[in-house]
Amino acid sequence: MSKRSVADLKIGERAVIQSFSDQLMSLKLLEMGCLPGAQVCLQAKAPLGDPICLSVSGYCLALRKSEAATILIDN
Amino acid sequence: MKLSPSIALIGNPNAGKSSLFNQLTGLRQKTGNFPGVTVDKKSGPWSINAETVATIVDFPGIYSIYPKSLDEQIVTDILANPAHADYPDVAVVVVDASNLHRNLLLFTQVADLGVPVVLALNMLDVAKAEGKEVNAVRLAMRLGVPVVRINARTGEGLDQLKKAVLGQIKEPVLSGKLFFDPADEATGLITDTRNQYQLDNNYLALQYLIQHDGFSFLSRPQQIGLDALIDKYAFNEQKFQAGETITRYKRIATITAEVVANQRPVNQATWTQKLDRILLHPVWGYAIFGFILLLIFQAIFAWAQPFMDGIDAGVAWINGQLKESLPAGPLTDLLTDGILAGVGGILVFIPQIAFLFFLVALLEESGYMSRVMVIMDRIMRKFGLNGRSVVPLISGVACAVPAIMATRSIGTRRDRLITILVTPLMSCSARLPIYTILIALVVPKQRVLGLFNLQGLALMGLYLLGLLSALLAAYILKLLLKTKERGYFIMELPTFKMPRWNHVGLTVWESVRAFVWEAGRVILAISIVLWVLASYGPGDSMDVAEAQVRQNNPTLAADELANRVASDRLEASYAGQFGHFIEPVIRPLGYDWKIGIALLSSFAAREVFVGTMSTIYSIGSGDDEEGVTIRERLRQERNPKTGGPMYTPALAWSLLIFYVFAMMCMSTLAATQRETKSWKWPAVQLVYMMGLAYVAAFFTYQFMQ
Repeated sequence: MSKRSVADLKIGERAVIQSFSDQLMSLKLLEMGCLPGAQVCLQAKAPLGDPICLSVSGYCLALRKSEAATILIDN
Repeated sequence: MKLSPSIALIGNPNAGKSSLFNQLTGLRQKTGNFPGVTVDKKSGPWSINAETVATIVDFPGIYSIYPKSLDEQIVTDILANPAHADYPDVAVVVVDASNLHRNLLLFTQVADLGVPVVLALNMLDVAKAEGKEVNAVRLAMRLGVPVVRINARTGEGLDQLKKAVLGQIKEPVLSGKLFFDPADEATGLITDTRNQYQLDNNYLALQYLIQHDGFSFLSRPQQIGLDALIDKYAFNEQKFQAGETITRYKRIATITAEVVANQRPVNQATWTQKLDRILLHPVWGYAIFGFILLLIFQAIFAWAQPFMDGIDAGVAWINGQLKESLPAGPLTDLLTDGILAGVGGILVFIPQIAFLFFLVALLEESGYMSRVMVIMDRIMRKFGLNGRSVVPLISGVACAVPAIMATRSIGTRRDRLITILVTPLMSCSARLPIYTILIALVVPKQRVLGLFNLQGLALMGLYLLGLLSALLAAYILKLLLKTKERGYFIMELPTFKMPRWNHVGLTVWESVRAFVWEAGRVILAISIVLWVLASYGPGDSMDVAEAQVRQNNPTLAADELANRVASDRLEASYAGQFGHFIEPVIRPLGYDWKIGIALLSSFAAREVFVGTMSTIYSIGSGDDEEGVTIRERLRQERNPKTGGPMYTPALAWSLLIFYVFAMMCMSTLAATQRETKSWKWPAVQLVYMMGLAYVAAFFTYQFMQ
């Protein structure tokens, strides 16, 4: 099975960030506290399913699904 | 010791920076721009003690010193350049204690740049409510810099902050060792850079390497020299920066583990999360946003009306008083018909602007606006815009100038540019008087389905037309403007808070002041020029015209004669001749030379249109009869060719449609020029909108006639 990403999470599901598939995007995401090893939880999805709201390092981060797809998680 | 030190307030968005700024400066703040750039600069005096008054500067909120948007660029540009006028003696880094981990990233970067820092630990009450205790003393020891506990909302801890800042001014305590030393991983490169650019700080040297393209203080050869160094060492900037962030967070994690005692019950939803379930709900989310939009429109159109009428009446009263008390003559005419009429046209919009910005500020302060951006992002993206474009588009309903300035938070250049270009299509409050007068002229006051007012529906239709055309224009621009840059939308959702009322008040005050000042100056100038152009003509042409009227109509009653005289005098004036000159161009739209004058004068600002019409029709009709409104005058106006009413539905709708699209606002063009730093984009804006207006008005007139 291919790598899962944050975009595949269901609401309320938790996961641990493993790595990033996009270097440039990872710079922005790292600064916002999306670190390898950090636990994330999908809080909510905007109507139409995109962007999504992620609970990460103690706050709520909104990001697009395409951006979330670059955050790879443990299976 | 320096008696007027400069203090910078730095911090993450939502960390409480602006609250602290307001606490420290009271209301004695100044807004302006950072030298050389258009980014807003808020500064104010802070009396630290009897002999020290510091200048405190509120920097844009950032997450790291690697900027993501134009707004953020300014922070690194200053902090990396000790020669900058705004380079701080002390940087107060405001940190949200409830999210220490992420907030400390920026702090460690600023400290590593070698700026003397004081850490202001804010929002401890929020942290406590979440079950977190932060040990400030231990944090200060671990970081090696002064840490002060404050509450920026209530003003607690400001005395300690004063002491800490004073201490840092007298004898700066630097944390000694760099939190992250780039030389650990790239010794040769950092040493070479330091030597070549005479830097004594390793981290600053790294910033030179990574960010030199964005540093305004580096010359072109200096930037090229840095590129050469990067090539020499095959330095991978992105990889290094990612490594830096991870290393910093690792070290921060060991510190927070020591200083934060966390008793937060796991998995317990906060009330912000509960609220978000409703506000981001597929159905309720949009329903609530729709309801709020409705409320905003209601406020702008219905609630503001009595205030607007009041201002209108007030200006009319002053005008009447002046006319009575001052000796009749050209100077009095200039003051009353020219200046006061024009300025009154501006003042009347204050209630609408105040209401709009009051509500927008309320939504932003409470944290709801971020939710709006999230639920709108997907839809806006289809049109080449961004969730963050929502705020400028909504603000555009009041005035495009502050709306265009609000686009600065959009990180992607293309998204921002498109938003700037289409925002003036949103029907601003300056179009409202034109809409209302013309609608009242041709749309019957009649109820539809027992509920809606036909005139109201027509007005709403025009606003919708503006919105739809903005979206359509954005879509076309999206297809035209190709870029390699990727759009993104990564945003913190702040927790819901009670609005700080003084902030709301300040926002309203600032936007009203900016509007009156910016638009007021233009309109004042135009009113004067227009009055002169309409009152004087080349040579004795006006007297000749008058003599001719008197000669040809010897039997006319005095009143009627005076009207004809005034009308023909106007036609012979500079303004009249100008109107005739452009008549062939606007003839296909159904307009005559009088409308032509109004169109031309309203090129600078739409507000002028109604004022000009009043000027033209009042000058053209001799003595002002009491109680005859401009609307009545327009109704009475006869088409000299057909003998029927001049203002037919075809003409009125053609004018309405023209004003929906027309780019007739110098202030907006100036704002676009300032924000895009080029003359190309205001030119594009002017041409495409005027073209749209002309074509649309042409078809409207030709089909309806």
